[in-house]
Amino acid sequence: MIVTAALLIVLLVVFVLGMTVGDFPLSIGDLFRTLTARGTAANNFVVYDLRLPRVITGILVGLCFGLSGAIFQSMIRNPLATPDIIGVSAGASAAAVFAILILGLSGVAVSAFAFGGALLIAALIYLLAYRNGLSGYRFVLIGIGLAAVMIAVINYLMTRARIQEAQAVLVWLTGSLNDASTAGMLTLGALSLLIIPLSLIAGHWLGGLQLGDDTAAAIGLSVQRSRLLLILLAVALAAVATAAAGPVGFVAFVSGPIARRLTGGTGTALVPAGLVGAVVVAAADLAAQHLLPIPLPVGILTAVIGAPYLIVLLIRTNRHGTGG
Amino acid sequence: MAPTGSSVPGPAEVSADTPIAAEHELRTADLSLGYGDRVIVSSLSVQIPTGQLSVIIGANGSGKSTLLRGIARLLSPISGRVLLDGRDVHAMPSKELARIVGLLPQSPTAPEGITVADLVGRGRYPHQGWFRQWRAADDHAVTEAMRATDILGLADRPIEDMSGGQRQRVWIAMALAQETDVLLLDEPTTYLDLAHQIEVLDLLAELNHSRGTTIVIVMHDLNLACRYADHLIAMRGGRIVAEGAPTTVITPELVDDVFGLSATVIDDPVSHTPMIIPIGRRHDPASTSRR
Repeated sequence: MIVTAALLIVLLVVFVLGMTVGDFPLSIGDLFRTLTARGTAANNFVVYDLRLPRVITGILVGLCFGLSGAIFQSMIRNPLATPDIIGVSAGASAAAVFAILILGLSGVAVSAFAFGGALLIAALIYLLAYRNGLSGYRFVLIGIGLAAVMIAVINYLMTRARIQEAQAVLVWLTGSLNDASTAGMLTLGALSLLIIPLSLIAGHWLGGLQLGDDTAAAIGLSVQRSRLLLILLAVALAAVATAAAGPVGFVAFVSGPIARRLTGGTGTALVPAGLVGAVVVAAADLAAQHLLPIPLPVGILTAVIGAPYLIVLLIRTNRHGTGG
Repeated sequence: MAPTGSSVPGPAEVSADTPIAAEHELRTADLSLGYGDRVIVSSLSVQIPTGQLSVIIGANGSGKSTLLRGIARLLSPISGRVLLDGRDVHAMPSKELARIVGLLPQSPTAPEGITVADLVGRGRYPHQGWFRQWRAADDHAVTEAMRATDILGLADRPIEDMSGGQRQRVWIAMALAQETDVLLLDEPTTYLDLAHQIEVLDLLAELNHSRGTTIVIVMHDLNLACRYADHLIAMRGGRIVAEGAPTTVITPELVDDVFGLSATVIDDPVSHTPMIIPIGRRHDPASTSRR
C-alpha cells in the first residue's frame, strides 16, 4: 500500500513536470487553472493540444506495458518472459511496418495491424511451446527466436522503403511519443479502461499459477483456462500500448522486477508494476525531450536503462545454471 | 520392549478446536490412466478407506504416482472414472473439488522471494470468492496450519531460507490451510533425511487421528509405510496386487512379487508392524556357495 501510494505521488510529480516544463513554461497555477477550464487560449493550446496527449499516452503506455510484463513473468515463472523480449512487441511492429510500407496504410489502420501482429505472434509462441502443458523455458526460447525473425522481417521491409516512408516507419522501430494525438490518447484510454480492470481481476489466478501447474490445479484452479485468459489479456495490454506508441523497449521487462523489489518481493505486485511502468515511460520521455542536447524517441532511453539489466539477469541466470 | 521413539522433537499437536472431517467416499471405477499412448494404470478399481491413512507402495513405474494424480484430477482418465461421493470428479467445479480433496505434488515449486505465510495462504484459494476477500476464517486456517506444522516462528521468512525439512513442512501447511477432508501426498518424504521423514509422517498420522482426515500417501520406504499405514495398497504394472492392513498384506512372497526383492519379514520391535529385511545377493546363501 505504501509503495503504491509513493508511486502515485512520483507519477503525479512526473505528470506535473511533463505538463509544465518546455519551450513554453507554465506555472503550476497556470496548469491547474487550465485543467479546470479557466485557462487562456494560449495555455489551452499548450496543455490540451501539445502536452496532455503526450504525457497521458506515455503514462497509459507505461501502465499497460508494466502490467503486461508483470503478468507474463509471474505466469510463465521466468523474468525473461515479457512481450518486449519474446517478440510480441516485435510482431506488432512488423505488422505495422508491413501495413505502412506494403499496404500504404496510415493512422488507426496501422494501429489495428500492430494489435493483430501482437496477437498472432503470441498465438504462435503458445502453439509452438505447448507440449503436454506449457514449459516456461521453451516459451521464452521460442519467443526470443520469433522476436529475431520479426526484426529480420522489419529490416527486410526497411530495405525496400523510400526515404519519406522510412520516416513514418521509424516510430515502429524504437517506440516514441512524438506522434501522440488527442484521438490516439482517447482510443488508448478507452481500451485501457476496459483491459486493465479485467487484467487485475484475472490477476488473482497468478498466485496459484506461480506455484506450478500441479499445485495450481490442486488448489482448485482451472490451469489451462486461466492461463489462456491471462495470456490473452497480457497480450492485449502489450498490443494496445504498442499500437499507441510503438515498441517502447524494456518497459515491460523491468517494471515487474522493480515493483517486486520495492514491495519486498512477495506476491505478484501487479498494481505497483503498472505504476512503475508509467513512471518509467513518463520520466524517460521527459528526460529524452528536455535533458538531452537533441530530443530522442523515448524508446531509445528506456532501452539504455533496460539493456544493462537484461545483461545482468542473463549473467546471473547462467551462473545459477537454472536457465530461468 | 518399551517404545523408544525418536530423539527428534515431534510436531506440535493439531489443536483441539479444529473441525472433524466430514465423511467422503472416494473410489475409482475401472480407471485407466496414461501419458499419450502409454497406458500406465489399467482398469483399476479401488476404494480409499474413509478416515484412514492409506499408503500406496510399488516399484518405480508401477503407476502409484500416476494413480494419485488421476485421483486428484491432474490427469484425465483414458477410460473409467474417479468418484467422490458418487460424483465424477471430472464433472465437478475445480474449486468445489479443491475444498474436499487436497494434493501435495511430488516436487512443488515456490516463486522466488515468497514468504512462508504467503505461500501457506495460497492454500486458501478454493475458499475465496472472485474478488479475493481475505476473511478471518482464512487467517485462522493459515495460523492453525502453521501451528500444526510447527512453522509459526518462520512465517515472515522467505522460502529460500528454509532447509529441506522445513520446506516440506511449509508445503504440507499449505495443503492443511486448504482444509480438505481428503489429503493426497505424492512422495512427501523422498528428499528428507530419516529424522525429518519421521517428523512428517508423525504430523500426518496426528492429523489423521485428531481430525479424521482421510490421507493417501505414495512412498518408497516399506518399513515406514508399514508403520504408519492403516491400509496398504501394493501396485505392480498399473494394477493392485494386494491391499489391506500391513500385518495381513506384507509377506516375503508379496515383497518378491511387487519389488522383485527377496526379503525376510520380521516383527518391528517398536511398532509391532511388519518389518522388511532385504536379503540381496551379497548375503544370499544361494550365491555365497558360488563364491
